Amino acid sequence: MKTEKRPYKIPAAKLYLHYVSIQIRSMMQYKKSFIMNVLGQFLASFNAFAGLHFLFMRFHSIAGYSYSEVLLCFSVTLMEFSLAECVARGFDSFSKIVRQGAFDRIMTRPRNEILQVLGNNFELTRIGRMVQAAIVFVYGISKSGTEWNVDRAMAVLFMLIGGTGVFSGIFLINAALCFFTLEGLEFINIFTDGAREYGQYPIDIYGKRMTRFCTFVIPYALVQLYPLKYLTGRSDNVFYIFLPLAALLFLVPCYALWRFGVRKYKSSGS
Amino acid sequence: MIEMKNIRKTYRVAKRNAGFREAVRSFFQRDCETITALDDVSFSIEDGETVGYIGPNGAGKSTTIKILSGILIPDSGECLVDGRVPWKNRIEHVAGIGVVFGQRSQLWWDVPVADSFELLRDIYSIPPDLFLRNREELTELLDLGEILRTPARQLSLGQRMRCEIAASLLHSPDILFLDEPTIGLDAVSKIAVREFIVKLNSERKTTIILTTHDMQDIEAITKRIILIGKGKILLDGDISDISGSGGIDRTVAELYRAYEI
Repeated sequence: MKTEKRPYKIPAAKLYLHYVSIQIRSMMQYKKSFIMNVLGQFLASFNAFAGLHFLFMRFHSIAGYSYSEVLLCFSVTLMEFSLAECVARGFDSFSKIVRQGAFDRIMTRPRNEILQVLGNNFELTRIGRMVQAAIVFVYGISKSGTEWNVDRAMAVLFMLIGGTGVFSGIFLINAALCFFTLEGLEFINIFTDGAREYGQYPIDIYGKRMTRFCTFVIPYALVQLYPLKYLTGRSDNVFYIFLPLAALLFLVPCYALWRFGVRKYKSSGS
Repeated sequence: MIEMKNIRKTYRVAKRNAGFREAVRSFFQRDCETITALDDVSFSIEDGETVGYIGPNGAGKSTTIKILSGILIPDSGECLVDGRVPWKNRIEHVAGIGVVFGQRSQLWWDVPVADSFELLRDIYSIPPDLFLRNREELTELLDLGEILRTPARQLSLGQRMRCEIAASLLHSPDILFLDEPTIGLDAVSKIAVREFIVKLNSERKTTIILTTHDMQDIEAITKRIILIGKGKILLDGDISDISGSGGIDRTVAELYRAYEI
């Protein structure tokens, strides 16, 4: 029987959900570990929120930003990060995949490599963080004192899209570097977990240089500072609403680095 | 139709002596050595052939398989598999081949094998009717039955290998690469695997490329052998011309000696 020409192809989204469903089925085999993990992640990330809260109990503004403004910034950043984690944190275990030669198997399957890596490494325990982020997000939006209208809602939506893209891009860079170093580079976490921490505050409180770096190198500011200025009424530049989408361009060099890495892939013994 | 022409592949390998001090020294100054895994390798394989690809450890067998299956890119040379360049049209290429690595599983560890098969159906976009037909046929030929309902991690090696082989054939590939498929199997499982592969080749006309150290595999399955040593093809011919009086194991050992590999 010769291979028939296959006219149809399963859509990527459907395949991804199938991967996720397999991961869930696997995790249900280890029930207790799963519950503890979700709970742990849920509680751990409340720390940051508590820290912010106590800080503002003593000081009423930081570099001119009020509690409600910082809260809005914090909640949106946390939500962006959680979404990116849900999608792309699977890249974290990529160094293991490369060193153990499991990437060979991925290369012998007729689908995009990124789709396979992320599908195979989806972790349901991130749901804990996701729920926590969603709670803080709703709280932050409602307490922000912003007068909501279509423009502003759109800005928040674009922030979420752009921010998820930027964080995912950094996860992708981290994975791509494994092709060259074989080890995950711990310092990249400065730009992921680190960014989630310092991204709680509008980036310009860290000074001009930092703002420039976060505008032109790793575009955190595009998904945070500028649209935030519009949301809080500090600026009425409509251009700022769309800046987060421009931040998605960051994914282009990230993907190029990944492609380059795949071509340099060396496999491992036997 | 598989064609390899003047394929060359080198690796850079970091070397150092044992010991902590050496490890520290190599951190600052790394001695790299270039190893030639494949040196001007050429051969061609027709549709429906069964080829045993043999040679000692480190001869370049796995590297060849990895180039043919689109995993590695050679330094130079040309390679065409059914008209496709494996590393250029990777996705299109791998849809038409099956690869079994004896030492690495392709099943999802914690779910029943049947679940893995269904995921593979979606990965390869196998039409549902073809999938059902293939699964039924493979279940029968490889005697999978109840095994399909067991998580892969709880299978014996023999059971798992049969599932691995089935998993590589669900999408009806024209070419099947087998990299040490009988490694570690008991006599019964080995025979089952061999018989199945022979049947697969005669019924579906699947091209079989097999690497192994088990010469009985070669005798049972392949008609032609290609001998590789130190990255060079040393011998390429019909198995009946090669096996002398002393049994194939002895013959191959003599070949290794004769070529000093």
